[in-house]
Amino acid sequence: MQYAMLFFIHPDDAARRRDPAQAAAYTGTWMAYVAAIREAGAFVDGNGLLPAETASVVRMRDGRRQVQDGPYAETKEELGGYVILDVPDLDAALDWAAQCPALPKGAVEVRPTMPRPAVTASAAA
Amino acid sequence: MNQQAWAAAEAAARASYGRLLAYLAARSGDLAGAEDALAEAFAAALASWPTQGVPERPEAWLLTAARRRLGHGARHHRVRAAAAAPLAMLAEAASAREAPGIPDERLALLFVCAHPAIEPAMHTPLMLQVVLGLDAQRVGAAFLVAPAAMGQRLVRAKAKIRDAGIRFAVPEPEHLAERLAPVLEAIYAAFGTGWEGAASGGGGLADEAVWLARLTAALLPEEPEALGLLALLLHCRARQAARRQAGGFVPLSEQDTRLWSAPMIAEAEAVLLRASALGRMGRFQLEAAIQSAHAARARGLAVDWAGIATLYGALLALAPTLGARVAHAAAVGEAAGAADGLRLLEAIEGASAYQPWWAVRAHLLARLGRAGAGAAYAEAARLSGDPAVRGFLAGRAKRLLLL
Repeated sequence: MQYAMLFFIHPDDAARRRDPAQAAAYTGTWMAYVAAIREAGAFVDGNGLLPAETASVVRMRDGRRQVQDGPYAETKEELGGYVILDVPDLDAALDWAAQCPALPKGAVEVRPTMPRPAVTASAAA
Repeated sequence: MNQQAWAAAEAAARASYGRLLAYLAARSGDLAGAEDALAEAFAAALASWPTQGVPERPEAWLLTAARRRLGHGARHHRVRAAAAAPLAMLAEAASAREAPGIPDERLALLFVCAHPAIEPAMHTPLMLQVVLGLDAQRVGAAFLVAPAAMGQRLVRAKAKIRDAGIRFAVPEPEHLAERLAPVLEAIYAAFGTGWEGAASGGGGLADEAVWLARLTAALLPEEPEALGLLALLLHCRARQAARRQAGGFVPLSEQDTRLWSAPMIAEAEAVLLRASALGRMGRFQLEAAIQSAHAARARGLAVDWAGIATLYGALLALAPTLGARVAHAAAVGEAAGAADGLRLLEAIEGASAYQPWWAVRAHLLARLGRAGAGAAYAEAARLSGDPAVRGFLAGRAKRLLLL
């Protein structure tokens, strides 16, 4: 099964990432983490995201698009990245999540990805 | 229809419910689908066994029938309600007799029901439904939730199990202790509904909880806390008949010990002994040990309050819940003196809406001959949700206030 791990970064960790003196060490823990997932054959896809202040939100109001500055959810933690896992079951995904550098201060949301709809013969043709 | 044959068929079918569901769900990963298939197999069994006779291996017959139906895929027959809610509690011995060949995977089912990814409030209802086969009506009644709402919440929880990919497996050894705790909590919560339910005449589930605790202890004989929970529930259950007299509440210290169930107490003591031999103390073992100390009264011995106070102290170190703190103060009040107990009690914060705090306070004030005991009993009575307990506390209040 495939799961998305969504990494919610605590402000303290987000600050470490922004601080040039600490950024390398911080990024290093993430690279090691992702390397371990790859080595286990569980990595499908993933990316870090630039900090929340780079986010823009698009909505549709009265048929016109409306763009606003800032992340969609104004929470203490910010969405910092994601990894798509391919593992046998939820417990295996939770075990990966539990090793994530976003913890112990932040949080990881684990969700199954939506199964791709089966491509029918006529649609494929 | 031959009533006797029908009853035999029903009993054989019911005894197998949890085992068969565990087996089917473990393979399909779909609890709801397995339940539907099994319900159809039961309906077929109840239709054919009374006339054709109970098959040589009833479980194998039911399993084959259910698998055939699972194979038919998404059929939306809702036959659960038609076949009376099957109760695995009946004739566990019968199920053991006919079991060879079908592995018992109910332990995995228990862990799925109490998986941390499932909303905690649904752990107990799920367990009661999928392991014991209780219907939403019965589960809802025990939790004071409308059957339709409970049914919906159960459906959602099962969908989460399927869609989130929760595996039907016993956790790896390194996760076992952490995953066992919510399983035991859920069984304890089922017992709680029985406790209150029995008091108010509602549909309590205390027997079901004891059955689940027994199952868990049998499946995990090396887990002292599973044994501890069973011992605790047996001790409490043993006093069922003594807790009420003519509808009135009888406090533990005034219960007629001849009304306690000696076999249950003996079983509880034996189970607790096995637990302590494993050498890993825990919350449920401590609580069972406290109940064991109270049970000494049945043997004509005085209650060892100092020992009970020590046990509560150990419990507080593990889990400083409000209930344990109040009970600790009460035990100290008996062991060391009412003044010491009262001092501990008054140091507890956030207890102003907690009925036992007021009841213990009233008791200790009365023993010290101090003012305010009657008013404290009255406050305890006001906070009690159980009519019998309320009546008892109000009676004490009245007596003191009239003095």
